[in-house]
Amino acid sequence: MSDSFVVQIHNLVKKFPVGGDFFTALKNINLELNHAEFTGLIGPSGSGKTTLLNIIGGLDSPSGGNVNVLGSDLGSTSHAERAELRRTKMGFIFQSYNLLPVYSVFENVELPLILNKIETNERKRLVEQAVGSVGLLDKIDSRPAQLSGGECQRTAIARAIVHKPALILADEPTANLDSENSHQIMKIMGRLNNEMDTSFVFATHDEKIMGYLRRIVHLDDGQIAKDELIENPQFGEQS
Amino acid sequence: MMFKIAIKNLLGAGLRTWLNVFVTAISFFMIIFISAMYDGMREHAMQVSIDTEIAGGAYWHPEYDPMDPMTFEDAHSVLPDAVMALVDQKKAVSVLVSQASIYPNGRIMPVIMKGISSEQTIVNMPTQMLVVDDETTIPVMIGTGMAKDAKLKVGDSFTIRWLDADRTYDADEGTIVHIMETENFKLDLNHIWVPLAKAQSMLAMENEATYVTFAKDVLPSEGNGTWIHRDIHYLVRDMEAMIEADEPNAAIMYIILLALAAMGIFNAQVLSIFRRGKEIGTLMALGMARSRVVGLFTLEGGLNAVLAAIMTVILFGPILWYFNTYGIYMGIDYSEGQMGLIIAKRLIPVYSVGLVLTTTFVVSIIVLIVSYMPSRRIAKMRPTDALRGKTAV
Repeated sequence: MSDSFVVQIHNLVKKFPVGGDFFTALKNINLELNHAEFTGLIGPSGSGKTTLLNIIGGLDSPSGGNVNVLGSDLGSTSHAERAELRRTKMGFIFQSYNLLPVYSVFENVELPLILNKIETNERKRLVEQAVGSVGLLDKIDSRPAQLSGGECQRTAIARAIVHKPALILADEPTANLDSENSHQIMKIMGRLNNEMDTSFVFATHDEKIMGYLRRIVHLDDGQIAKDELIENPQFGEQS
Repeated sequence: MMFKIAIKNLLGAGLRTWLNVFVTAISFFMIIFISAMYDGMREHAMQVSIDTEIAGGAYWHPEYDPMDPMTFEDAHSVLPDAVMALVDQKKAVSVLVSQASIYPNGRIMPVIMKGISSEQTIVNMPTQMLVVDDETTIPVMIGTGMAKDAKLKVGDSFTIRWLDADRTYDADEGTIVHIMETENFKLDLNHIWVPLAKAQSMLAMENEATYVTFAKDVLPSEGNGTWIHRDIHYLVRDMEAMIEADEPNAAIMYIILLALAAMGIFNAQVLSIFRRGKEIGTLMALGMARSRVVGLFTLEGGLNAVLAAIMTVILFGPILWYFNTYGIYMGIDYSEGQMGLIIAKRLIPVYSVGLVLTTTFVVSIIVLIVSYMPSRRIAKMRPTDALRGKTAV
């Protein structure tokens, strides 16, 4: 795999059993995502964007084809190896935040560092850095129930970036947010993309965030309908 | 690392954790308490027998068989020197046993008449109550059960008929001088107690006795003649056999209690873990391996058991202590329902180290198993399903 690619997919097929038959969610997908790209997988519901994102994240396995993510062939790796890949090199942002409700902002963001066995003082420094970068230092001891939707998603972003992964996968990160929060979240992620040199891949059908993307992969009925590079994103360099 | 996360999860979950812990603590309490009651009942029976009847052991006349009243007629003689010496030193008490009939309220009742020294302190019986000034009638002490059966009360007189050493029937009037409260039905039911000297006189058996019960600190001595030494182990053998025969029942009861506890814990743990499917999915997405997810939730179960043990001590400890100190009033009248075992009117539970350790160990294992099984099932799900909060049923 070329060093500039974080994801290389060839002839990817994903089928789900439905009753006694199979539903094909992804059909012969070929895709290469470059280092530090800010890419959106766009399409209507059922087009296969979340399935593709899950396969890239090693949360689901392909039914056919090759998927190489950050140098690992996901078709030939074990559950434990894929877990390690996610733990060390990936970050996830979910539509419904998936913050652990019993943890504070600090503890939620700290979790990937604990899983990576980072030493306590270093953990504290990295957590404060990540929480600071999303502007939530004043809420660092709050629990998710005490935060607004936008603040929850910013916490999820801090959790995704805290261990400085090479690839961040975001599934509908703005779907539960209002317009103002959506723009804020996208600006934060755009800035982090620039600062950290991290690749971002979004699965979304939210029109509001299209203007931030520098590459848009259109999916329709499990296939790539269009793959376009945006020379000058509507919202500039997400500053 | 896992320990830290598990502690955080447990303490962070607040009410959910404390409800689970409470259910487990109740299980600890119920199993320990009920089993301790059962053990207490058996130990009490043994203790009451020793305290009121057996003391340190006995010397029996060679013909004496307490299970066969027909032997009483011949089971009497003057005490051997060594045994007599113990009685003289007030280290033993003689008892003269014979069959008799009483006629309370015009009815006939066969009884066992026992003569005992009113001054004795070897067994815990209020024999001093047999000392009376009026020597015109035979002073008689009976137990509450016998009093109820015969409808007798203090001051009541009735005819006593007996067969003396010369094979002659004789009769005289007896008067109830005391009704004793005793938990040992063997001293109560169908028994009448009279002063030893009076019994010897009535039966024409001067200085004779059927058996001698000696104090706990007395060692067996030589010079017992034909009298048979019965040690404490021999005298409690019936009770020990009864307790041993009862072991399977105790084990079954323990298993039933454990099963009930296990069901309660299983419900609480399974509900708790299945509700956390999305959390498990998130942990897997963040890179926690399946085996570690299972380990984490099992560890949480283990910590749950530890917290439950602490809660049991804090919450139920005073209750256990209270019952251990003051006992529990049972309100059982053995004279109506003969249960074949001495039942304490006030039962003291016995918390043995073995019971507490075994219960703690077994309940902890149950908690670990019921934590392991559902978390393993959820961890086997596809992370994408777990993330959507699908349950693994």
